[in-house]
Amino acid sequence: MQERVKSPKFDVVGTRPVRPDGADKVTGRAKYGADHSVAGQLVGKVLRSPHAHARIKSIDISAATALPGVKAVITRDDFEDQAPEFVPAGEMLVNYRDVVRNVMAREKALFEGHPVAAVAATSESIARAALKLIKVDYEILPHVIDVIDAMKPDAPIIEDGMITAGVTPPPTTPSNVAKRVEFLLGDVEKGFKDADFIVEREFNTQAVHQGYIEPHACIATVSEDGTADLWTTTQGHWIVRAHCARLLGWDMTKLRVTSSEIGGGFGGKTVVYLEPIALALSARTHRAVKMVMSREEVFKASGPTSGANVWVKMGVKKDGTITAGEAVLKYQAGCFQGSPVQPGCMCAFAPYDLANVKVVGYDVLSNRPKVAAYRAPGGPISEYAVESVVDEIAEKLGMCPIELRLKNAAKEGTKAAYGPKFGPVGLVECLDAAKASPHWNAPLGKNQGRGIAAGFWFNIGGETTVNLQLNEDGTVTLMAGTPDIGGLRASLAMMAAEELKIPYEKVRPIIADTASLGYNFVTGGSRSTFSSGMATVEAARSIIKQACGRAAKLWEIPEDAVTWEGGEIRPAGDNAGKFQPMTLADVAKVAGKTGGSIVGVGAISAQGAAPSFGVHIADTEVDPDTGKLTITRYTVIQDAGVAIHPSYVEGQFQGGAAQGIGWALNEEYIYGSDGRLQNAGFLDYRIPVASDLPMIETIIVEVPNPRHPYGVRGIGETSIVPPMAAINAAAYGATGVRMSDLPLSPPRVLKAMKEARKSAA
Amino acid sequence: MRYESPDTIEAAAKLLASESGDARVLAGGTDLLVQIRAEVLNPVLVVDIKRIPETRTVKEEDGGFRIGSAVSGAELKEHPKLKKIWPGVLEAANLIGSTQVQGRASLGGNLCNGSPAADSVPAMIAAGAVASIVGPNGRRELPVEDIMLAPRKLALQKGEIIASFKLPKKSRASDAYLRFIPRTEMDIAVVGCGVNLTLDDSGTCTAARVGLGAVAARPLLVEDAGKALVGSKVDDAALDKMVAAVRAACKPIDDKRGTVEFRIDVAGVLAKRTALIALDRAKKG
Amino acid sequence: MKHHVTTTVNGDEVEFLCETDQTVLDCLRNELELTGTKEGCGSGDCGACSILLNGRLVCSCLVLGVEASGKTIETIEGMAKGDTLHPLQRKFLEHAALQCGICTPGVLVAAKSLLEKNPDPTETEVRYWLAGNLCRCTGYDKIIRAVMDAAAEMRGA
Repeated sequence: MQERVKSPKFDVVGTRPVRPDGADKVTGRAKYGADHSVAGQLVGKVLRSPHAHARIKSIDISAATALPGVKAVITRDDFEDQAPEFVPAGEMLVNYRDVVRNVMAREKALFEGHPVAAVAATSESIARAALKLIKVDYEILPHVIDVIDAMKPDAPIIEDGMITAGVTPPPTTPSNVAKRVEFLLGDVEKGFKDADFIVEREFNTQAVHQGYIEPHACIATVSEDGTADLWTTTQGHWIVRAHCARLLGWDMTKLRVTSSEIGGGFGGKTVVYLEPIALALSARTHRAVKMVMSREEVFKASGPTSGANVWVKMGVKKDGTITAGEAVLKYQAGCFQGSPVQPGCMCAFAPYDLANVKVVGYDVLSNRPKVAAYRAPGGPISEYAVESVVDEIAEKLGMCPIELRLKNAAKEGTKAAYGPKFGPVGLVECLDAAKASPHWNAPLGKNQGRGIAAGFWFNIGGETTVNLQLNEDGTVTLMAGTPDIGGLRASLAMMAAEELKIPYEKVRPIIADTASLGYNFVTGGSRSTFSSGMATVEAARSIIKQACGRAAKLWEIPEDAVTWEGGEIRPAGDNAGKFQPMTLADVAKVAGKTGGSIVGVGAISAQGAAPSFGVHIADTEVDPDTGKLTITRYTVIQDAGVAIHPSYVEGQFQGGAAQGIGWALNEEYIYGSDGRLQNAGFLDYRIPVASDLPMIETIIVEVPNPRHPYGVRGIGETSIVPPMAAINAAAYGATGVRMSDLPLSPPRVLKAMKEARKSAA
Repeated sequence: MRYESPDTIEAAAKLLASESGDARVLAGGTDLLVQIRAEVLNPVLVVDIKRIPETRTVKEEDGGFRIGSAVSGAELKEHPKLKKIWPGVLEAANLIGSTQVQGRASLGGNLCNGSPAADSVPAMIAAGAVASIVGPNGRRELPVEDIMLAPRKLALQKGEIIASFKLPKKSRASDAYLRFIPRTEMDIAVVGCGVNLTLDDSGTCTAARVGLGAVAARPLLVEDAGKALVGSKVDDAALDKMVAAVRAACKPIDDKRGTVEFRIDVAGVLAKRTALIALDRAKKG
Repeated sequence: MKHHVTTTVNGDEVEFLCETDQTVLDCLRNELELTGTKEGCGSGDCGACSILLNGRLVCSCLVLGVEASGKTIETIEGMAKGDTLHPLQRKFLEHAALQCGICTPGVLVAAKSLLEKNPDPTETEVRYWLAGNLCRCTGYDKIIRAVMDAAAEMRGA
């Protein structure tokens, strides 16, 4: 299982030490969002719209405010409106005008679950009773849920006056289409003319949720002089600080945000929901306000990802050369603009070296919660469609699906349809590893099918700051600012130890709060090991340089007469051998005498993030009488650049695959005709359970990224991109039917199989 | 909300009967607590029956078993003889929820929650289980298939509690339960089927009971399905007749767990598979 | 009026006050400040709140606080013995069987319960026993390996 392809040799990097936060996490000591409490804290609760679409005519909070034990009640009147301004939130953009409305409805309630008011009270039961006393006068409006319905000319308009951006000339009537984007390369018409045959298909996917097990939770404390502390479970506490400071009209320095341990995010915790509300309530009461979402609130009122309609057309020559790729993507944005349709467009044909590509995307509003990032946002949907068509092309050509992909694979120098030329990338290596893998070469049984699919994610760098402190005893404290979603502290400590040539156990990594460290962008975009690692290396090299300078001072020789070798500072050149080498610990001991504490800072905007390609192989077995699909074998092959801690790289591969499997088989948001979510819980929102999955084999390919000191590529997101297409292809092998709607739930599969049997008969 | 934990069944019945507001029985709590939290139920009184010995004991009685209504599925599974004679009932009880839920969920609660999709009920119906009910007017009995009338509606008067179930006299295993769910665990049954067969020495079926769940407004005893097997060696022809009877009895709904078409289809598939397992057990003895 | 509950948690006798509608999970976290047991759903669907109640694996969100009276409760906080992690805890760390760690306390308690009842489970038995413990990060692979490895060590294999 733990196969690696081409691995460089380091002392610490590439090994599998126990993570530094491990003991706390296996004993229940580690504190997550809801695990912290402050003396005298109030309980905050949100009143949410029961309607999918309604004008809010008035809100009467008088009875709620008068209830004994209620200390504050807030509504839209307590948040100033925000002018439109787009800022990054994870790998997506959010518009402050929309953020303030998403946090608390203003003119309209736009989805079932939309916050309309909030209370802070001395107990949970009083808070809940207070919510019941708030009288909201709603004018119920017709609603629209489905993306195709929302694009129809007679659809109820979500945002009054919305004119589609990106269309020339602009439309004259408002619609629910916020924007149209287009990516063009070459000439697709010519490409299709050159093709020997064309495959054209349309696909539909449903909205799914990141499914993190830990609900959103925070505690806000605002003192009488306006300083505020916020404890929250988040992927990016500097973003939280920025959004909250903006919404509340505060100087950023007044607000210190501490990230708790995070119980899963996958992109869904890169935005704010409860935080501005908790801060506003605490600002009124000057008591701590603790707010925790229920599971139902998480499903209804945080940010699932888009459902979509995707049309794909591809032209291919008899020898397997793909001559043109065209796609139209229609993605649900939820009730505010900003679906990941753009990265979806960019990702769609990324695994292939194509001369002619045209991808058009539509960002479409409907009465659903505003979507948030979900692991490779937009990518799984578009690549599910494209890779499914590629599989069909392979079958029509009578060509092995790996060979077809190898023939057209993106390589170093390939110009991607969305712009840049790739540096070294590992798709070919992954395809070769797939071909040689035990899984690909294993026999299949009755009612079983095998599918393969490629995947891609860009990965990002971004603003990152790391502090390394050389303690007086030569140990090191590492302060990073990208929350640790699973293995980061270990990887950073490993890189620091590798650089400084000290044992891994001598580095203590912590995740610092916003007052203790320079800016850090989110843990997202598969950037934390890459960027915080790069910053760590820079900080470590700074320490080494400073330490060398101190030794030079002590030896009274010039700085450039000193070298760093094998973890020691040595006099070099003419002075070689004249002085005893010094370790970092030796220098640290006398740091005070030689100029003060030695601190290394890596404050960067990490450049050079490189994409990670992956290939997944899935085997499924169908029960032909019920349509139930079982995953019988699964392999993830992915390029990690260099695997700092292979166990956590494998973990990312397996976790992303499991989420993609759920997306393919059973997960979906189910709405009633009343626009209300019918499955807002883990009972009927069906994520994979332990008995649903086999062991997930992993093969780590390493094509080092030349732009990172250790060759790291981000890996966390690519692994969710291939599963849906791989499983769709495997389901075809098992059932004889090519499906084009997700999820492949048993009723859908059985129906498709029966219809196919009928047509065949 | 008040909490009472009486130690006799009569006291429990009296508490429930004399409460003018909504009063609920607490056994395993795996449905009740969820519904209270979701504010679907808002009882003023909760009567915990787990201190009452009758609800918590499993004992042999007249060649059969008397099972306390508040015994958990996990505890049932640990009873060595019950497992041997009624594997279908035990499997059904131990498919409810998760290992954690099975640590608390009871046959009484699973039935009285009033969901047509309850896992244990088709198996209990197939077994011919009879509920012993205690109320303010004394004790009476009802077969399990007569307890649930419609979703959340039971044939119990105010103050009546199921104290225990009687499983009839049987010397060997002959029952089975299967359900269809989209995952492998954790789901509410989209279709549930329990089959209990009696074979004579020549291998001919002399009695058969087929229980179905999640395909109508209440769990069903499909008499025609049982009749289709009686007198046969449970061969393909008889099974086909049984499957047809099962499908004819289904009156399911479209919901987030399954469509009408799917449920009817799968009910037939499951009934055949369940019958074959029951047959296999009945033959092996 | 609140209930005064006396119970044993991880071998220590403790007491707390609670309303009828407070669950054992609420009481552990809010009255006893033992936050190792987590709330993922509050409805018995995720297993993050798993405890042993009189030795039986249950969801603490499905037991009323008042029902804990006179019983013994084991939580994640009681799994290590002084200085020594339980083999399951150690194996989880060795195998990297946790990423975000939120499901880990529930999984560990559930796995401990399994091995107490069945010291030599097959992979399938482990998977089905743990089906009520949702994990969104790991895909379960390393969790299952860690449990099987701990079981082998505990058997002295």
